[in-house]
Amino acid sequence: MSFFGRIKEGLKKTRNIIMNRMDDLFSRKNFDEDFFEELEEILIAADVGIETTLDLVEQLREKIQEEKLKEPDEVLEALKSLILDILGREPVPLLLEHKPTVILVLGVNGVGKTTTIGKLAARFTAVGKKVVLAAGDTFRAAAIEQLEIWANRSQSDLIKHQQGADPSAVIFDGVSAAVARGADALLCDTAGRLHNKANLMAELEKVHRVVDKALAGAPHEVLLVLDATTGQNALAQAKVFNEVAPLTGVVLTKLDGTAKGGIVIAVARQLKVPVKFIGVGEGIDDLQPFDPVEYVEGIFAPRD
Amino acid sequence: MLFENLSGKLQETFRRLRGKGKLTEKDVNTALREVRLALLEADVNFKVVKDFVATVKERCLGSEVLESLTPGQMVVKIVNEELTKLMGESVAKLNRADKPPTIVMMVGLQGSGKTTSVAKLANLLKKENHAPLLVAADVYRPAAIKQLQVLGEQLNVPVFQMGQQNPVQIAKAALEQAKKNQHDYVLVDTAGRLHVDEELMAELVQMEKALQPQEILLVVDAMTGQDAVTVAESFKERLGLTGVVLTKLDGDTRGGAALSVRAVTGCPIKYVGLGEKTDAFEPFYPDRMASRILGMGDVLTLIEKAQATFDEQKAKELEKKMRTQQFTLEDFMEQMQQLKQMGPLNQILEMLPGVGGMGRKLKGMQVDEKEFLKIEAIIQSMTKQERLNPAIINSSRRRRIAAGSGTKVQDVNNLLKQFNLMNKMMKQLTKMEKGRFKGRGRFPFM
Repeated sequence: MSFFGRIKEGLKKTRNIIMNRMDDLFSRKNFDEDFFEELEEILIAADVGIETTLDLVEQLREKIQEEKLKEPDEVLEALKSLILDILGREPVPLLLEHKPTVILVLGVNGVGKTTTIGKLAARFTAVGKKVVLAAGDTFRAAAIEQLEIWANRSQSDLIKHQQGADPSAVIFDGVSAAVARGADALLCDTAGRLHNKANLMAELEKVHRVVDKALAGAPHEVLLVLDATTGQNALAQAKVFNEVAPLTGVVLTKLDGTAKGGIVIAVARQLKVPVKFIGVGEGIDDLQPFDPVEYVEGIFAPRD
Repeated sequence: MLFENLSGKLQETFRRLRGKGKLTEKDVNTALREVRLALLEADVNFKVVKDFVATVKERCLGSEVLESLTPGQMVVKIVNEELTKLMGESVAKLNRADKPPTIVMMVGLQGSGKTTSVAKLANLLKKENHAPLLVAADVYRPAAIKQLQVLGEQLNVPVFQMGQQNPVQIAKAALEQAKKNQHDYVLVDTAGRLHVDEELMAELVQMEKALQPQEILLVVDAMTGQDAVTVAESFKERLGLTGVVLTKLDGDTRGGAALSVRAVTGCPIKYVGLGEKTDAFEPFYPDRMASRILGMGDVLTLIEKAQATFDEQKAKELEKKMRTQQFTLEDFMEQMQQLKQMGPLNQILEMLPGVGGMGRKLKGMQVDEKEFLKIEAIIQSMTKQERLNPAIINSSRRRRIAAGSGTKVQDVNNLLKQFNLMNKMMKQLTKMEKGRFKGRGRFPFM
């Protein structure tokens, strides 16, 4: 399936639900209080969150007045544009500019970190890059085995210790190995952790520090994996992870369900961190670069 | 912290209502707007919120409230009652088969915590002297079978697996084995799947047919947003869901998904997951959760937790000591071992009433597991007198204690500081408790 088709497929259910209402909404001519209230509801239902929603709707009201918008189409375009102001209009690529480019992958439990790493590794090896994976999730049962399977699938090298080992040590070894083997990318897995666990966040801080010690300037990318089904808590997650290990990008996973993933709009608004990839399925090639325009178009496009 | 922000918001709203002799419709609307926003921010589904607010408003505007002497109390009471009603009114037990084994299937989206929940439930059943068999039917996720095997080994519970074969076949064979080996519970771990994945949903339906389970538990991540409703509805449509397991409730999510899922499926939430360890698993108490939302603490859960770990006598002593603050370093150390089994100290403190609002103060006294060892060493290096009366610990004593326990003076200082903080907090709690019991039915913030 084409890249376009894949995203469309992933967003189709999302769109159908939203669009049934969007079509109704934007087919009417007068923009009264009910109109705005319903618009709020649609955004909230997409997990965009209260604050961002109220802000967007407020801005839209102003825009309608200022620009004397009368047609539903114009209003729809104005809304898309407001969302794109937040998300950015251009995709932000993940470039392997360093040798090795060290990529740290973080997130709470069960968002799909290991799977994302597997898919990222496959992307890189597919274009002839040499990739090393570091099995930094030494806590969860069989997490190392899970990454090992992905290493085989993506034909990457794997650096691992025993379960229960110090994750910093594993990742330090990963960096050394990636340097020694002349790898293009080192992908570091970490254990899922809830951001309100002080000791686990301290552990992560150490990992981040150790990476820099092992290779000055690293990590070059710190990716936070967010589950599209997650609600407002994703904001708190992003905020705290960003404090511990400054983020360079977000990966939005599980966008092939009915969840709208609107929380990335709130996250981007608050932290100014770009979304870099979206996960739209379980297959090894179901990780796609995030294209903001396409994402917003996908949500608001007319039904097939 | 669990529901902290929601309870904080509601408290703030109702504080404004306090002292009003009568509630006007405008007051009610202002309060309910806050309730609506708080619930939406807590990820309760917007349709559920709409119904909820409408119900509360209707009741609030009835003469019952407007003529009541303390309308603020009345609003809280109504919100509390409706929240409780929404979450289910009593504790839901696990269904049992008339003739063993009882079969439990865990289903849900990817990453919701099925495998961990299966292990946790097995641990719980084992503690109650049952003989569960775990069934590894997640044949899709890499190393999922291995994960269940490792967990089974840790718990000393057998795991049935047949590799990556058809899950329906695995289920059937597991059932045979369970009967043969006289297991009274069969816990089936299924693969995570999207509710819109027709093929995989059909597979679950087949498994249900083959197993005829007494329980099909939908595992839901407490952090789930608005989509929780869609997911729960879809699973409910295809399967005979009997209950919900709410996981990752030890995060700081406000957990509105709990309300949504309950409201749209009608299925009770049976268990909650509160951490990564296999014993961080508890029955769900809807009424307590509602009072928790309203900032009334959860002394009941605390006491029950203590009972499972201590004997009843000791639990009473602990509770009394906590309430009367005759809690010395000596007790602190004695209870260290038991506390460890009860879960992290900060988690226990969270359950005390009023502590929900003290989140910031608590942050300064987080005690992690490794710290326990250090603390033990420090207290053991004190004389009995020092333990009973920490005020006498001067700098020379501090140096001696540090040397004796192999720690630094700062560590000793830290411990003493934390201990003082804790005692101070106990004092506050006790005050609050007294206030509450004096005026029966009064809320601490009224």
